[in-house]
Formats: sequence, structure tokens, C-alpha cells
Amino acid sequence: MAHGERDVAVNSAWAGGVRPFAMGSKKLGMWLFIISDSLTFSVLLLSYSYLRLANADWPRPFPFSPSIIFSTIMTVVLLFSSLTMVMAVAAAARGRRGTAVKWILGTMAGGAAFIGLHLTEWMHLIEAGLRPGANPWGSPLFGAVFFGVTGLHMTHVAIGVIYLGIVATGFGLGKFKPEDVEVSGQYWHFVDLVWMFVFPLVYLMSVHYK
Amino acid sequence: MSAHANAEAAGHVPAKAGLFVIVWIGLVAITGIEVLLAYEQVAPGIMLTVLVGLSVIKAGLIMAYFMHLKYEKFILVLWLVPAFMFCVMMICIFFFPDSLRLGSSAMH
Repeated sequence: MAHGERDVAVNSAWAGGVRPFAMGSKKLGMWLFIISDSLTFSVLLLSYSYLRLANADWPRPFPFSPSIIFSTIMTVVLLFSSLTMVMAVAAAARGRRGTAVKWILGTMAGGAAFIGLHLTEWMHLIEAGLRPGANPWGSPLFGAVFFGVTGLHMTHVAIGVIYLGIVATGFGLGKFKPEDVEVSGQYWHFVDLVWMFVFPLVYLMSVHYK
Repeated sequence: MSAHANAEAAGHVPAKAGLFVIVWIGLVAITGIEVLLAYEQVAPGIMLTVLVGLSVIKAGLIMAYFMHLKYEKFILVLWLVPAFMFCVMMICIFFFPDSLRLGSSAMH
């Protein structure tokens, strides 16, 4: 297709034709993945809400101190990693490769810290008797849903850290474009976005008041 | 590759660090409000409504500014958001009447 024809298609009223959304295929592909993955997490969180409403003895195992304070720190760490990622994307767009790579490494450190904190919390809950099929507080379904939701999210964070490592290496070596950094940023922010629903629904709605 | 060409390749990304920091502070502040609600032991019904509302605002801020949806063509929003909302609404319509029935029968 001639270059001029492509421009006409992109600049039409709906920007339809060759590139209907006026973005690269990688970015559009990531948006499609994000929407499909959003539905996966939506179904998990709605299933959690369904089971919670249907079981009168649903556990509330998180005392404000230390559980909620701990999970709040996890939330702030993940939010901070989103800020470093957005800085990486901005630096990449300006053509500052070294700066972008440093911000991506900062984001990876945030993600790794989140995983470490989350595993620590899991270990404490497991020591307290929480299992996927049993717990000492109430409905045995709680463990399956808790580990299912938070485990899938933690898996996404771990994949994100690896993905960012690959992007940082490729971008640092000049093999990847700024668009690749932006696409990896989309994924990372999506992981952050999912936690913005997991944190209030799973933790804040399950505070154990003395 | 020039800085301008880089920006084009990255898709009209606004390089405003200050704006991103302001959005981030807003996200942390909303998180603080959510935690405060949990600390104050607000009634579960009110708390759930407010928490979901605040989470939707946070998700909107993240998508609009951090994921650059605000700077993309509006047709993308028209395509993605209604499709997602339709699926979630259908799940809610089919799930929740049943769970509320089970919950009320368990209490009696």
C-alpha cells in the first residue's frame, strides 16, 4: 500500500481503514489482552463476592494492625512502581535510553518488593491455619478464593517483572523501540489497576474488629 | 532516532512528569481514604458502595493518565469500555440474584 494512501486512511473522520485506532499493532494487541484479562479478574472478584454473600459465616481474618497496615504498604509499593513505570515511558519517548532503563529497573524493584511482602503475608496466614480448603475462622471456601485471586495477581506481577527485565535489556541495547516500553507499561499499570480492586474487596471488606 | 521521532513511535505520549506525580498523589490519597473507612468501621453496605466507587475512580485515573487512554482516539474507549461493561453486567445479572437468595436462606 502506498504511503500516501495510508495517511489518508489514518486522517479520515473515524481514522478507519488501515489503522482504525491510529496506534501500532503491539499496543492494540496489549489493549485486547488487557480487556480479556480484565474479564478473568472480574469473574474471579465477582465469584468472591457471590460466595461471600451466599455464606453467612464468611471469615474476616485481617486485624487492622498489622494486616491492613501491611497490605496498605503493599498497595503503596505497587502504586510507586506505577509512577516509576510512567517515568520510564516518558523518558523513552524523549529518547533518553539510559534514564528509561533506570526507571524500568526501579519498577522491577517495586514489583519484586511487592512479591516479597505478599509472600510474607501468605506465610503468616498459612501459619495461622489458612489453607485452600480449610481455615479456623469460618467458611472453608475463603482460602480457595483468597489464594486464587491474590495468587493469580501475584503471578501477573512476577510475569511483569520478567517482561520488564526483557524490555529493559532490549531497550538498553537499542533493539526495542519506545513503543515497546509503552506497551510493557500498559501491562504493568493493568496489574496495578487490578490490585486497586483486590485490596478493598478482599482486605478492607474483611477487617476483623475486636 | 530523534526525540520527536521517538515520541511519534511511542504514540503521542505526554512527557509531563509533574502531571503524573499529581495523579499518583491523588491515587495515594484515595487509598488513604479507603483505609480510613476501614479504620472507622463504617457499615458494610455503605463501605462496599464507597470502596467500589473509589476503586472505579482510581481505575479511571490509571487508565486515563498512566495507560494514556486519555490521549488515544476516543473510538478506542467506545470500543473497549462498553464491551467490558456489558460482559460484567451480564455476569452480575446472572450471579447475584442467586447469591442473595442463598445468603438470605442461610440466615433463616
